[in-house]
Amino acid sequence: MSRRSRSTIGRLPLVLLLPALLGLAFLLIPLVGLLAKAPWSTLPSRLFSTDVWDALRLSLLCATAATAMCMVLGIPLAWLLARAPIPGRGVIRALVTVPLVLPPVVGGVALLLVLGRRGLVGQHLDAWFGISLPFTTAGVIVAEAFVAMPFLVISVEGALRAADPRYEEAAATLGAGRWLTFRRVTLPSIAPGVVAGAVLCWARALGEFGATITFAGNFPGRTTTMPLAVYLALETDPDVAVVLSLVLLIVSVVVLASLRERWISGLR
Amino acid sequence: MTLHAEIRVARGEFDLSLDLTVEPGEVVALLGPNGAGKTTALRAISGLLPLGDGRIALDEEVWDEPPRTFRTPDRRPIGVVFQDYLLFDHLNCLENVAFGLRARGVDKHAARAEATRWLDTVGLSSYARSRPRSLSGGQAQRVALVRALATSPSLLLLDEPLAALDASTTLHVRAELGQHLDRFPGHTLLVTHDPLDAMVLADRLVIVEHGRVVQEGRPTEIARRPRTDYVAQLVGLNLYRGRASGNTVSLSEGGTITLAEPASGPVHVAFPPTAVSLYPEAPSGSPRNTWPATVTGIEQHAHTVRVRLTATPAGPTTLLADITPAAVADLHLSPGQPLHASLKATEIHTYPV
Repeated sequence: MSRRSRSTIGRLPLVLLLPALLGLAFLLIPLVGLLAKAPWSTLPSRLFSTDVWDALRLSLLCATAATAMCMVLGIPLAWLLARAPIPGRGVIRALVTVPLVLPPVVGGVALLLVLGRRGLVGQHLDAWFGISLPFTTAGVIVAEAFVAMPFLVISVEGALRAADPRYEEAAATLGAGRWLTFRRVTLPSIAPGVVAGAVLCWARALGEFGATITFAGNFPGRTTTMPLAVYLALETDPDVAVVLSLVLLIVSVVVLASLRERWISGLR
Repeated sequence: MTLHAEIRVARGEFDLSLDLTVEPGEVVALLGPNGAGKTTALRAISGLLPLGDGRIALDEEVWDEPPRTFRTPDRRPIGVVFQDYLLFDHLNCLENVAFGLRARGVDKHAARAEATRWLDTVGLSSYARSRPRSLSGGQAQRVALVRALATSPSLLLLDEPLAALDASTTLHVRAELGQHLDRFPGHTLLVTHDPLDAMVLADRLVIVEHGRVVQEGRPTEIARRPRTDYVAQLVGLNLYRGRASGNTVSLSEGGTITLAEPASGPVHVAFPPTAVSLYPEAPSGSPRNTWPATVTGIEQHAHTVRVRLTATPAGPTTLLADITPAAVADLHLSPGQPLHASLKATEIHTYPV
């Protein structure tokens, strides 16, 4: 077995092998650089400074709230795309994935135009309920949810398509209505897809920068999440930027490890 | 309470049009080849497929009558055993059986107690905490059966309930299923392509081909007097149509058969393959119903060999004969071989078309 795989590698064309190794190095060396440049001696004191701690706490809170929002809205949307006989489903699916490819800054601008104090919806929110989203923590959550929701929808829709709808029929013959069937049969059967989607969604929300800074601004303790803090720190105290980046790197690696290959099957 | 179903469903090229009635306590088997529309009929009755036209009603309670009335499956008093059972893998056996009761509003403790009792009736109470995935085929079938029965449905629908089992367990599970169906007071509709399942389990057979009922009746009646080639093949008889005049039937496919008892008019002619004997030379005295024949196929059955022959132009186009393996050896049978086939007139059964 091992001899055969060694001989296979030996026969790999150099023209593929060389760029492949370069690509790998290109992806990994910046991360190694981050580790090499870390101010290890002063790391603990910097790590537990209130600025870092506030940013981390805010980031975790907002990413989690955004993920919850995405699940409440995104799972039913995925169900609609996968199961409901609606016309123009392909177009709707394409629209849902727009935030995936849209530059996040553009998303932030769009959110400002709609939810800003004079925006299409924002003016009514302000007038009727006294709610103003821009430049608040709630605004951070909205911005992150906007950018991250497609990850959840795509993953859950894939899981729904792979699930056998005949189990839902079996539930119906046992007397379960649509909602009960969804809760007790459909949702448990797609749980791995939902978990994978939620983790991806959460990771995307955690790293969100462009839409957040555009829509929610940069107010320490209120809207300054980790990525924003990294960007700020880079101009004032690069060592802090490195520490913050390390923390985000560790969180990312932990997320990746917890998913292993699962997210791939969740997306398919 | 009688179930009346006039099922009219059109799906592209295929259209299904069949009328069914099932009396309380009766087990009716819908028997037919693959693609005959059996499963479509079952889906229509269970509400998984709305009727195109027609009516389904349990006594005065109308379940489906387009375009006015349609009850979704969860609002029909039914239990369905699906071909591959469709047990919920994220629930254990007890929760699977309790699912229907919970869905119909029974509280958790009562539902669990009832489900435990049901599992006990099929000897699976020790598997209450097991996942369906870990069960054998026969056990999964029994869990599926009690899951369907637990809600005390008026109508039990079984879709090929034994098809997913291997041959060694089928016999046992079929016998056990028969006992449960005997005890079940409601209506039972069984869909199957296996004549043995239908004959053993059902009180009445409804035979469906190409979306139409071609014959219905008690199993003994069907086994004696098949009306289509498909049914004749199911029950293992040679079947022909022809016009009888005295002791002679002129077959519609050509050739004649001589009867022991006179008949008249259009008739079915049926006889078992064991009534046919094969000889290398024309038998002496040349009795009636002896034809030169050619072997077209040979199949090994359990303890006999079934020989497919053609006896045109004097006799039937296709003819099945069951002979012993010893006779096969004596005759040195091979396809294309010319022989003489002889049919005992006393074993021929005729009945009007």
